[in-house]
Amino acid sequence: MTAKSKRLWHFNGGLHLPGNKKMSTGQPIARARLPKHLILPLQQHIGEPAEPIVKAGDKVLKGQLIAHATGYVSVPVHAPSSGTVVEISEQAVPHPSGMSAPCIVIETDGHDEWMTLPKPVPDYKKMNPSALRNRIRETGIVGLGGAGFPSFIKMNPGARMSIDTLILNGAECEPYITCDDMLMREHAKEILSGLLIIRHALQARQCLIGIEDNKPEAYAAMVEAFENIRKQQAADTDNIHILKIPTIYPAGSEKQIVTVLTGKEVPSNGLPIDIGIVCHNMGTAVATYHAVMRSQPLVSRIVTITGQGVKNPCNLDVPFGTPIKDLIEQCGGYTEEIKRMIIGGPMMGYTMPTDELPITKTINCVLCASEQEAPDPRPQMPCIRCGECTKVCPVQLLPQQMYWYSHAKDFDKIQDYHLFDCIECGCCAYVCPSHIPLVHYFRYAKTEIWAQERDKQKSDIARKRHEFRQERIDREKAEREERMRKKKEALKKSQGGSNELDPKKAAIQAAMERVRKKNEEIGINPKNTDGLTEEQQRKISEVDERRKRLQQHEKDNEHSINTPID
Amino acid sequence: MHFNNTSSPFLEPQNDVTIIMRRVIYALIPGVICCFILFGWGVFFNIIIASVTALSCEALILALRGRAIARPLNDGSALLTAILLAIALPSLAPWWLTVTATAFAIIIAKHLYGGLGYNPFNPAMIGYVVALISFPQQMTQWLAPHTGLHFSFSETAAIQFLGKTPATLQLDSMTMATPLDALKTQLSLSQTISEISTTPIFGIFGGAGWEWIGLSFLIGGCWLLFMGVIRWHIPIAMLLGLFLTAMFFHTIDSDTYSPPLFHLFSGGAMLGAFFIATDPVTASTTNRGRLIYGAGIGILTYIIRTWGGYPDGVAFAVLLMNMGVPTIDYYTQPRVLGARDE
Repeated sequence: MTAKSKRLWHFNGGLHLPGNKKMSTGQPIARARLPKHLILPLQQHIGEPAEPIVKAGDKVLKGQLIAHATGYVSVPVHAPSSGTVVEISEQAVPHPSGMSAPCIVIETDGHDEWMTLPKPVPDYKKMNPSALRNRIRETGIVGLGGAGFPSFIKMNPGARMSIDTLILNGAECEPYITCDDMLMREHAKEILSGLLIIRHALQARQCLIGIEDNKPEAYAAMVEAFENIRKQQAADTDNIHILKIPTIYPAGSEKQIVTVLTGKEVPSNGLPIDIGIVCHNMGTAVATYHAVMRSQPLVSRIVTITGQGVKNPCNLDVPFGTPIKDLIEQCGGYTEEIKRMIIGGPMMGYTMPTDELPITKTINCVLCASEQEAPDPRPQMPCIRCGECTKVCPVQLLPQQMYWYSHAKDFDKIQDYHLFDCIECGCCAYVCPSHIPLVHYFRYAKTEIWAQERDKQKSDIARKRHEFRQERIDREKAEREERMRKKKEALKKSQGGSNELDPKKAAIQAAMERVRKKNEEIGINPKNTDGLTEEQQRKISEVDERRKRLQQHEKDNEHSINTPID
Repeated sequence: MHFNNTSSPFLEPQNDVTIIMRRVIYALIPGVICCFILFGWGVFFNIIIASVTALSCEALILALRGRAIARPLNDGSALLTAILLAIALPSLAPWWLTVTATAFAIIIAKHLYGGLGYNPFNPAMIGYVVALISFPQQMTQWLAPHTGLHFSFSETAAIQFLGKTPATLQLDSMTMATPLDALKTQLSLSQTISEISTTPIFGIFGGAGWEWIGLSFLIGGCWLLFMGVIRWHIPIAMLLGLFLTAMFFHTIDSDTYSPPLFHLFSGGAMLGAFFIATDPVTASTTNRGRLIYGAGIGILTYIIRTWGGYPDGVAFAVLLMNMGVPTIDYYTQPRVLGARDE
């Protein structure tokens, strides 16, 4: 069913941006030339980095596992082509921070020889969803829209057992990017087959495919492919709708496309699955199809190479690890207008200082921007509270208030204004008449808050550790006192009790008693040594000495008990 | 190849503070022309004096604050304040009055609070109110538009700069109370509205001449709305607030309370609704907040005009509502996408 009458909803604000998509849709998707070296970061996804299982000098075949997943939120890495592992070392990776990260470097042999792949699954419907998810995980599939979240997790309906709506996101709302557009035009059948597999894993009631109305060719191709599939597998294709959605940036953002297609709102601080919805990307669907029907791991993706800074903008099927430089060469090199290298689109992408970086699973576009396409930022002026940012914010935030608080470093207040609901789409900064890099301020505030939370966690742990230690010390002290008390009690008992048990002590006691009595009889204090007989004097000093010794002995005893055990 | 890094979004921005300020100034042109036709060269002199004062004060304070001077001076905000203040002042106001009001607006109301974007009160209205309270006599030196009498360029200059009135005329006999002022005086003399409105200072639906000024500001305001420089919430809420309150009392007693249309097209109502209350820095920034803020100004304007000590109340109403903006903004935050109802 391609019901055009199905209702659509709106989200607040958004922008009508110049698409600039035509420049890269002129030619069909071409295969990228195999480079001499492939640089494969161990982390091309959200979560724990993969762990290498090869070493320098190992021969690898295309599709061979070279690093396995560690932990739950993690996926493995496979060799994108055959060759030899040259080194495992820190390499520059495409990341906004410009950091280096551990990578496996493979020198390709040019044969591009596949390993012996496991047998494909003839009928995925007979496969249990959990086994299906395992297959998806083993093939290293992550969300190819840009975030790179391991896909197998998003194919798990969790405690719900089944979900209501599976959304396939074909909005591709960022200007310039056309990789999903071209994928839909050329591989609609694979996309839909992949969709059916994901639907099986999720047991989804309905599937909605949202395509922005600036992609009529892609929409037509999808509808045609759908009609063909429906003729063969009528039973599987009920409740699938291919829908044209209005071209409003950022309609392709997850929360926004959920609202547009279903009218539901993803809860603040929540995920679509919280309301029974899961979104997947076009590329992810194709990768799923390849993983299940051909047993191929994810080793390449479609990347848009575009902008006025490159001679022949186009879409390439790129093996992971291919340096951007090689792709630019294949596209005819830079034009004289090249000014900035942007990874991703012009609204949410990030710049890189160099083109000597590998393509990873999450790169959908390399925008070689000219001065006109990405000019130097204009000098910032004071916020005049015009509220243009509020008008366009697709989440209905108040960016001008958030700016105020992030500027003032009031990180508590800015969270009251829902900082963490910001999707960093860039609409606010684009319309700001004062040229305030608002998104930059919000990212800064988020990072600061995360850092503070980490510090707080650390100090919490330290405080707890201190409290535990204090508790242990107190407990030991109490135990010691208890032991002391018992000992003293026992001592007292033995002193007050039978004399036979300790004749020496009893004798002393008796002697002291006698002296005391005698003193009493005489009517003098023991300390009063005036007018004592020689005999008395001698006895007193004798007793005194013994008393001293006794005290010393007791003290020693106490000391040994008091000595800390730790 | 090596490239420079910047932060997203990268697309060329389409908007600029300077463009906004300029557009507001352009939108004032019909109103300024109308004022010029009705009041003569005084309007021209006021604008010149105010602009020169505003730009000098702005430059001076920026220099004292150790800020860059050229760019803020070019952003048009000081010029806009000057023009708004100049057309709010009486056309024959002496030069020192305009200078004092403008300097106060720029130095005290704007820069002492931190400059553009930080001032809680509308600078032009602060300047106006300071003049109104300090120099009440000079603030009533309005030429009466319906008399059709005009001073020449040199005569106006002599009045404003030298305080010399033309030999044949007394300034007092030339200037008249504004319609709002006259209305107030007449009402206090137990005249009824219908009696007062037959006098020549009343026009078709507002004060004679003043109604055309209101209309020309309305046209400029509509252009601003069309260009997306301002949004409808504040002007519509303010005009509705004024209109509905006036209609309510006029319906109760049409002899004591003037008709609602008269309120809309007299005094500073139109100028206030489209050009003063919409000053983004001092207005509410949420949509619901804007409605409350605008309606508040409209209602307060009516209250001050009808029962207060001054004939017009737009300036006071705007300043009073400026005070409430932080609170209004706080309680009118829009519901964030996906936020659970609290």
